[in-house]
Amino acid sequence: MKNESENNSSLSLEEIFEQRIANDEKIEPKDWMPEKYRKTHIRQISQHAHSEIVGMLPEGNWITRAPSLRRKVALLAKVQDEAGHGLYLYSACETLGVSREELYEQLHSGKAKYSSIFNYPTITWADMGAIGWLVDGAAIINQVPLCNTSYGPYARAMVRVCKEESFHQRQGFEIMLTLCKGTEVQKQMAQDALNRWWWPALMMLGPTDDVSVHTEQSMKWKLKRKTNDELRQQFIDQTVPQADILGLTIPDPDLKWNEKTGHYDFGEINWDEFWQVVKGHGPCNKERMDARVGAWERGTWVRDAAMAYAEKQQNRKENAAKAV
Amino acid sequence: MKTNLYNYILELGDNCLIAGQRLGELCGHGPSLETDIACTNISLDLFGQTRSYFQYAADVKGDNATEDSIAFLRYEQQYKNVLLVEQPNRDFAYTVARQYLFDVFHLLLLEKLQFSQDMTLSAIAKKSIKEVSYHVRFSGDWIKRLGDGTDESHEKMQAAINDLWTYTNELFEVTEAAKSLIDDGIAIDAATLKESYYEKVSALLEEATLTIPESKYFQKGGKSGVHTEHLGYLLADMQYMQRAYPNMTW
Repeated sequence: MKNESENNSSLSLEEIFEQRIANDEKIEPKDWMPEKYRKTHIRQISQHAHSEIVGMLPEGNWITRAPSLRRKVALLAKVQDEAGHGLYLYSACETLGVSREELYEQLHSGKAKYSSIFNYPTITWADMGAIGWLVDGAAIINQVPLCNTSYGPYARAMVRVCKEESFHQRQGFEIMLTLCKGTEVQKQMAQDALNRWWWPALMMLGPTDDVSVHTEQSMKWKLKRKTNDELRQQFIDQTVPQADILGLTIPDPDLKWNEKTGHYDFGEINWDEFWQVVKGHGPCNKERMDARVGAWERGTWVRDAAMAYAEKQQNRKENAAKAV
Repeated sequence: MKTNLYNYILELGDNCLIAGQRLGELCGHGPSLETDIACTNISLDLFGQTRSYFQYAADVKGDNATEDSIAFLRYEQQYKNVLLVEQPNRDFAYTVARQYLFDVFHLLLLEKLQFSQDMTLSAIAKKSIKEVSYHVRFSGDWIKRLGDGTDESHEKMQAAINDLWTYTNELFEVTEAAKSLIDDGIAIDAATLKESYYEKVSALLEEATLTIPESKYFQKGGKSGVHTEHLGYLLADMQYMQRAYPNMTW
């Protein structure tokens, strides 16, 4: 039998890489990686970062109108967490040799995507509850497995992201619970929010397995541990009992418990709507992009000023050092 | 009810409430992710302080008052914030200038309020000082960056300072409520902060290569409930839920 180093020397870089992934070793920024691995990770991590940033907008929409000081403070803290998640994820992405400016450019030009869910409008206060409960809930299902993904910087960012997301989800459920225990008007507001967010939340788990183009490769690299359909089923199975606790009705006449499978059966997702939103024609795609691009363009003079100031300070320091 | 104490607490709390509300509008719309985080962070601090003041005000008022009835159910003339903090976010220079001109005052005030004979006010001040020291550093640094940045940013920063300067003098106005509490060591005589305020602000503006406005004409009225036209819109937005769905728990 060959010893391990001899064994390795006969392997290609690619084979060593695959072996490390199979052994659950983390890949770090300076390690060799296939170009496709690098590109896939840039795509996924940056989409994730963009989603956090665009996701600030639908919730930010209710900061000035939050109905109590306690809720206002919690919402501000949540949105701030999301901005923080965006920062870690951009940093993780930068370790793959792409700059934050390039990533912004991809978002602003429409080349890079962000989660389709943030193209839906937040119409009432109950939407803050539904987003926390359903959207963060679906996000957690997607993201928890990423805490063990093969790329080290992404996995480490996700540990912190997931902790905060579970906290947000509980907060969202609590908003729903308060509404459902409240007046008839409040309960109706909660039901209406569930009606509008249920299907979009299911769509967050991605297209069905038979059409998902990245699944196979992502499973191999441990970017994914379960398929989209498996994750969706897990989300539904865990969320239906929560809706029961709230006393709300899930807007799906085909939803019912299946004794045989031990899962809930559910109705057909409207994939035409999903693709319409993904392709940029959802209810708020244009507003969301206008807001991001607008903020970036209006902020140009501010960023330029910060750069100019930093340069002046640097020059002053150098001149002072020369004078000594 | 101790009316003067109640009114004085509102005077302190309303500045935090309205300044926090203005910063909250910016979420997701700032020039960079870092400034977005900082502005929501400051907004969050200010709302935290608001809650402390209003919980105390609710105790003093009795009558089933809560922090939320005090925050959301007063009429425009009953808000006692200074005119400065209700000024809109016209651009990032205005936001930073409004914040800095308020933060310097806020910190000077809290540094005295922490020794108030009123133990609750003293405790709130002690907790808030840490936060407000951070706010002054953030807004002061941005005044320098924008003032001493590019020609364009210099011009914008100067315009914002010039426009907002007219609201600075009101900070030092002493209300009847405050007057009645100063001798007992409960309220702070804001007039005594004036000199060090203008010294500090002038020094920083100079460092930022900005000109200290010469205007001797000032606006006031906020502390007695006579506000600018901006406040009505801000309140319509802020109070919407409590007005549209009264007497509910959220």
